[in-house]
Amino acid sequence: MTKPVKQLDHVIIRFAGDSGDGMQLTGDRFTQETASFGNDLSTLPNFPAEIRAPQGTLPGVSSFQVHFADHDILTPGDAPDVLVAMNPAALKANLGDLKKGATVIVDNHDFSARNLAKAGYSENPLDTDALDGYDVQAVDLTGMTVEAVREFGLSRKDASRAKNMFSLGLLSWLYGRPTEPTTAYLEQRFAKAPDIRDANVTAFRAGWYYGETTEAFVVQYEIKPAPMRSGTYRNITGNLALAYGLIAGSTQSGLPLFLGSYPITPASDILHELSKHKRFGVTTFQAEDEIAGVGAALGASFAGSLGVTTTSGPGVALKAETVGLAVTMELPLVVVDVQRGGPSTGLPTKTEQADLLEAMFGRNGESPVPIVAPQSPGDCFDAALEAIRIAVTYRTPVMLLSDGSLANGSEPWQIPEVDELPVIDPGFATETNHTNPKGKPEFWPYLRDEETLARPWAIPGTPGLEHRLGGLEKGDGHGNISYEPANHDFMVRTRAAKVERIADSFPPLEVDDPSGDAGVLVLGWGSTYGPIGAAVRSVRHQGLAVAQAHLRHLNPFPKDLGDVLSRYDAVMVPEMNLGQLSLLLRARYLVDVVGYNHVRGLPLRAAELADAITDLIAASSAPDPSVPGVETQEVLR
Amino acid sequence: MTRTELPFPGVPGLEGVPVADAPQNRKEFTSDQEVRWCPGCGDYAVLAAVQGFLPDLGLKRENIVFVSGIGCSSRFPYYLDTYGMHSIHGRAPAIATGLATARSDLSVWVVTGDGDALSIGGNHLIHVLRRNVNLKILLFNNRIYGLTKGQYSPTSEPGKVTKSTPMGSVDNPFNSVSLALGAEATFVARTVDSDRKHLTHVLSAAAAHRGTALVEIYQNCPIFNDGAFDAIKGNDTKQDAIIPLVHGEPIRFGAPGDDGLGARGVVRDPATGGVVVVEVAEVGSEALLVHDAHAEDPSTAFALSRLTDAGHLHQAPVGIFRSVDHPTYDDQTRDQIATARGSVPSVEGAAGPADAADAAADNREALAGLLHSGDTWTVA
Repeated sequence: MTKPVKQLDHVIIRFAGDSGDGMQLTGDRFTQETASFGNDLSTLPNFPAEIRAPQGTLPGVSSFQVHFADHDILTPGDAPDVLVAMNPAALKANLGDLKKGATVIVDNHDFSARNLAKAGYSENPLDTDALDGYDVQAVDLTGMTVEAVREFGLSRKDASRAKNMFSLGLLSWLYGRPTEPTTAYLEQRFAKAPDIRDANVTAFRAGWYYGETTEAFVVQYEIKPAPMRSGTYRNITGNLALAYGLIAGSTQSGLPLFLGSYPITPASDILHELSKHKRFGVTTFQAEDEIAGVGAALGASFAGSLGVTTTSGPGVALKAETVGLAVTMELPLVVVDVQRGGPSTGLPTKTEQADLLEAMFGRNGESPVPIVAPQSPGDCFDAALEAIRIAVTYRTPVMLLSDGSLANGSEPWQIPEVDELPVIDPGFATETNHTNPKGKPEFWPYLRDEETLARPWAIPGTPGLEHRLGGLEKGDGHGNISYEPANHDFMVRTRAAKVERIADSFPPLEVDDPSGDAGVLVLGWGSTYGPIGAAVRSVRHQGLAVAQAHLRHLNPFPKDLGDVLSRYDAVMVPEMNLGQLSLLLRARYLVDVVGYNHVRGLPLRAAELADAITDLIAASSAPDPSVPGVETQEVLR
Repeated sequence: MTRTELPFPGVPGLEGVPVADAPQNRKEFTSDQEVRWCPGCGDYAVLAAVQGFLPDLGLKRENIVFVSGIGCSSRFPYYLDTYGMHSIHGRAPAIATGLATARSDLSVWVVTGDGDALSIGGNHLIHVLRRNVNLKILLFNNRIYGLTKGQYSPTSEPGKVTKSTPMGSVDNPFNSVSLALGAEATFVARTVDSDRKHLTHVLSAAAAHRGTALVEIYQNCPIFNDGAFDAIKGNDTKQDAIIPLVHGEPIRFGAPGDDGLGARGVVRDPATGGVVVVEVAEVGSEALLVHDAHAEDPSTAFALSRLTDAGHLHQAPVGIFRSVDHPTYDDQTRDQIATARGSVPSVEGAAGPADAADAAADNREALAGLLHSGDTWTVA
């Protein structure tokens, strides 16, 4: 039976169910199908910190949102067009986020009085007017799944588990997704359990056929592939791209990668991934704690490896003293902070970017550390390479600030040509660099490169360059312990100057200001790139001019940042914190930037941000200078 | 010159570390930095012993690394002309784990104290011991905080009156050897700063051991805890205080008995499974426990460690409590990488520039393969 096909330019679907319902897998498979179909896409997994939160309750709801389109998109989307809800709790928890008139596909199998009560419903919403205004398709997904897989003789519980594949099949039909990748995936994943494999494949196909034959769904939708630059693509999450970037940094520098890490959400996947790649000479050390993780990495750096540690904000707090040691010993070290909601344990599985000031200042003494941030999942690859370039070239610890939404979110990624990746020269010291008054050649570990101010990196095993590093202040040049007042002042200033000098290696800040007459600049960093970009587009569609720039480097800032800021009447800084970049910009450039700040554990909403930008444009072009900028209070809240 | 021609023959603990081209002397291992411990500090004796002993290992000086934490003893690396790192409080075992795992060609030593190793760094200590990383730990135990000027330490005796415990400490102290054995350390020994010969003997055995070696060194702090080890050191008292542990020998000590050997000895206590000190004359010399440092089960070694006084020290076993061969963390980690690499050439281990270039090209090709793994699609 052929049904009419309706063209759409983009769709936002959210799969939601209990945390044991396999919603992350369902979303991931739909994403892979969509990626291989050629749409542009962006995803937002959202799950509880509990592995199995109480079944059927609101806190136990796990969801996966995917936004896909026939054009270039930047965010997972603010409000879903389609919700797939596997139980009453999933319906209740997500309904408020939907667009008006959204399609709601509900598995009505589990709408018993008990489950309704667990979700906080006093009446069945399918029987009341609670869902008026939505296009509701109540379907017994579980019942049909159990029926479809009956031939495999599974227990009722095991049979009903395949319901996520039934719903995936249904959605795959509805949006014309290719089915081969998922069939192949299921066959491989469950190769050792033929019953489970066959049940899942059958449920998946049954879902597709149901869509095709049922009268409940009258149209099929088509979203054409998005035009993309020619090249080979894959879908990639931020954590995977970051792990690949670290391996690439190792290959491109010839330094063996040593990861010292302690498991922590949402960074653990980087440890898992790197542990699979020993073929590249990668050592992964799962330490007894966060401190040992960074300590071992620093020890490995001293030995001539590329020392890396991966963590989240609470771990950065524990590693602070060791990072300070790396600052003073001037050894390469990459500290990856996949930020999550804080303070303290905070929101382990939710995103935030409130560790900027921790990365910047979270150590004793004058302890400057370069900071690099990726702006999208795929960009985590390039950001990791950049962090390694800085760490190795300038002999310094570097903070790489990813976040939960980048880590678990995904997007199509154009696979780079390995030959075009930057080459990083470790430039180990091999010879003495100084002659003492008696004419004897010596090695001075703190005799610096004039251009970069980097000190020589001499690794154990190099004859004649034996030296001692440590946390006590060292004398300029010779590197012996020094308590000289003037020396300390000089060394503190020199370490700061070295970090500032890294900006010499940055390209000018790219400012996107197509009309050239924007009065307002929106400046961001990290994962807010997507929502800011989407908001800026929306503002421009209204015919307004607005400029956008995004910072790869948070410390040091690009050298032309001050000039760029001074060119605009107003600068808005959207952040998922209470104004941390704003604080740095105000302090450094004395510019009264306007903050736009939310800390809801979720990406910024592009539509709301667009409204705020529009308001700021209106306010900043108003004749009366006393008109306050929007949201300035937000910073102070 | 091969290693066998040097005074210290090839041993498991040093396998993979390149040997020196020529014999070396103490002076070559002495840095140009002025030693700044208090006059009379036990650290001087240990430094002298180590500077005297290192040349005997016959290793290339540049392949030896000393890592320390914080405390008086942790200044140690500055005085040795090897590679060294004076790190942060308690973390030396973690840092050394990275060093030793990253490089099989280094001889890695950790210098630490009772506060550094057992208080702030206790977690790292037990974990390095259980992992059995090939590194040697010199734990200088003076039973006091010296660098911070005299607070009680985790090995101070109960009741100790210090600046921070004016009414006496109520902390129960750690027994370093018991702790190490509890963590299933593969090499555990105790020695004394003033006994150069025994100290050197124990350090040699530690160096020869492949795995983590913990050597507790009783070390006197003349400023804040002078006399803590007088019983062990006094010519009149030491024969009754030191219970010498020698592999394969019955454990006897004290003033000589009728047979000219120590009148006191150690026997197993059948009631508790532990060990007790007895008069040899009362039980007969055949009943004495014969020390077996190589016993796989650490229980007897642990029982022996309990003969150490927890309070004022009047009695302590000294020697090698345990020395057993177990696979090391670093060897196994490197083996896994070698297995994963198979015949893949390594850039670091390349024979020459051409080989290194081949290895690098091979890595880049493998990287391209990795980046293209999984579901990909091509846009024309």
